[in-house]
Amino acid sequence: MPKPLRYVNAVAQALNDAMAADPAVMLMGEDVAAAGGPFKATRGLLDAHGPERVRDTPISEASLVGAAVGAALTGMKPVVEIMFMDFVTLAMDAVVNQAAKARFMFGGQCSVPMVLRTPHGGGLNAGPQHSQCLEAWFAHIPGLRVVCPATVADAYSLLRAAIEAPDPVVVVENKALYALQGDIDVNAPREVGKARIDRAGRDATIVTYGATLYAARAAADRLAAEGIEAEIIDLRWIQPWDEEAVFASVAKTHRVVIAHEAVQAFGVGAEIAARIASDAFDDLDAPVLRVGAPFMPIAFAKTLEAAYLPDADRIVAAVKSTLA
Amino acid sequence: MPSSAAQADPIPANSIPTDRRLALHRTMQTIRATETTLSRLFADGEIPGFIHLSVGQEAVAAGVVGALGPQDSFATTHRGHGHVLARGVRLDLFFKEIMGRAGGICGGRGGSMHVADLSLGVLGANGIVGAGLPLATGSALAHQTRRTGGVAVAFFGDGAMAEGALHECLNMAALWTLPMVFVCENNGWSEFSPTSTQFAATLDKLGAAFGVPHRRVDGNDVAAVAEAAAEVVEAARGGGPRILECLTTRWHGHFEGDPQRYRNADEIAGLPQNDPLRRSAEALLAAGVEESALAALVDSVDAEIRDALEAARADALPDADAAFRDVYTPTTLTAGA
Repeated sequence: MPKPLRYVNAVAQALNDAMAADPAVMLMGEDVAAAGGPFKATRGLLDAHGPERVRDTPISEASLVGAAVGAALTGMKPVVEIMFMDFVTLAMDAVVNQAAKARFMFGGQCSVPMVLRTPHGGGLNAGPQHSQCLEAWFAHIPGLRVVCPATVADAYSLLRAAIEAPDPVVVVENKALYALQGDIDVNAPREVGKARIDRAGRDATIVTYGATLYAARAAADRLAAEGIEAEIIDLRWIQPWDEEAVFASVAKTHRVVIAHEAVQAFGVGAEIAARIASDAFDDLDAPVLRVGAPFMPIAFAKTLEAAYLPDADRIVAAVKSTLA
Repeated sequence: MPSSAAQADPIPANSIPTDRRLALHRTMQTIRATETTLSRLFADGEIPGFIHLSVGQEAVAAGVVGALGPQDSFATTHRGHGHVLARGVRLDLFFKEIMGRAGGICGGRGGSMHVADLSLGVLGANGIVGAGLPLATGSALAHQTRRTGGVAVAFFGDGAMAEGALHECLNMAALWTLPMVFVCENNGWSEFSPTSTQFAATLDKLGAAFGVPHRRVDGNDVAAVAEAAAEVVEAARGGGPRILECLTTRWHGHFEGDPQRYRNADEIAGLPQNDPLRRSAEALLAAGVEESALAALVDSVDAEIRDALEAARADALPDADAAFRDVYTPTTLTAGA
């Protein structure tokens, strides 16, 4: 049996294995080399692959991501780290106007094979500028892929998939999961756009991704104790999201709750709910419900943050509401 | 401030052989005639959208791009036609793109502000001021990491001196000794405003702050640009980043159709006094080139443009379904879009 890894070590191993497999893969970011990354996701990689392929960059988010685009257009496959997802605001031109559009606006002449890794999420009392879940912004941009690995196994496999994918991928890691332990399978399929049924059930579907998977599991356990069998779909990929898997589950359970940590309004859940309403309406026995963060910035103090984050209580209540 | 030869660094007298000067002159003539043709087509309603013309700046494009080797790359600006033409993009594919035709180099998806030819190391014109700087920085990083021997050039205007990207990229290029040349086309105008009202520093001081050598040339003297570009490109190839500031002139508005009410009429009227084409022609005549040879060069360029324009006009508009292609790369990894 392989020794269980922490999520953050699975990230490091995926980066290491991708660099070993393909000399075009390089890492760039603030403190990723000598310091091994602020969350240690790149620990050991400088020694293993050298300073040319593992680059500490200045604190220049806009230009380091733009440089990754230029490197990708010149034969490299850069993996850039943005230390906190909140900081990606500084790099939006590079992501949205350059990386996402180069292939399309140049008439298919090129691809932009790059990955932007970044941690989102609360739970660490990091405050309003170090906790946001902004993945819906990127899912809204044609040309980008967005993935949120929730498990240790997926932290490895989906990052490998993202690096192998020819187009820009935003890999969002919930930093509250970095210490999570689990196993990886280096030979697992590296799929883009495939969801995973985390738990099978017949009475209602909980569609979720990222750290909210664990709130959904806790909710499903409590519901099971009351005789309600919830099916959990871990979306994994936000863009493209696995419509087939979601619609198949809706056809089975006829009830859906979409749960995520990001602000509920105008979020990923809104898109999925709208698609279920338009394309699977006849399968529904209840309105589609969402569980997300309130329309508020996330606060610092423990009690304030805890009040903000979507939890199992709210998922349980939402599932019961669909069954009422 | 608009340029004058007096502000530029001194250069060695005319070290460029006549046949090379003729080639540079032809490149400039191609850019001038193309831009002038596009201006007319735009006024006649044959070009949709916005175009930004580089009439008056031809010597920078010819001199700098002419100094690049096949392995080199560059990113350019919204005023990028000249650079792309100087790199040798097929003229018919260029006209088709600007005119929004199916056979354009980008299939009509990009237009004037996004002309690119990756096969020639042209990483695209760009609709965002300063955005080409990080792209070129990354391209230089790739040249260095892959040991291609290539240099990446970032073209930017003086308006982009106020963008953070320039400051960030000078820092990165200097830290990493990147094979990169920062080429500033300083035409004195930041879109609709004089750059003197926009930027408190100067580019030489900015370069000095990062230890990046700066050279300023008369950007309307193609020989001076070519000589300086050759020097800085070769210096950058092994020795780290360089800045080449080319003092030049923008004859047209920020965009075509811009009435330029913000500009002094005398300044506009005086621009032809510093015409890079006329200056180049005079130098060639002084070097013994026959007037008839220059006239033949103009006719030959005109004929090429006529053919390219004819091909573009004959080309179909893109099919509507082309609007929905090439967002993602086809791959077996991908499930849906």
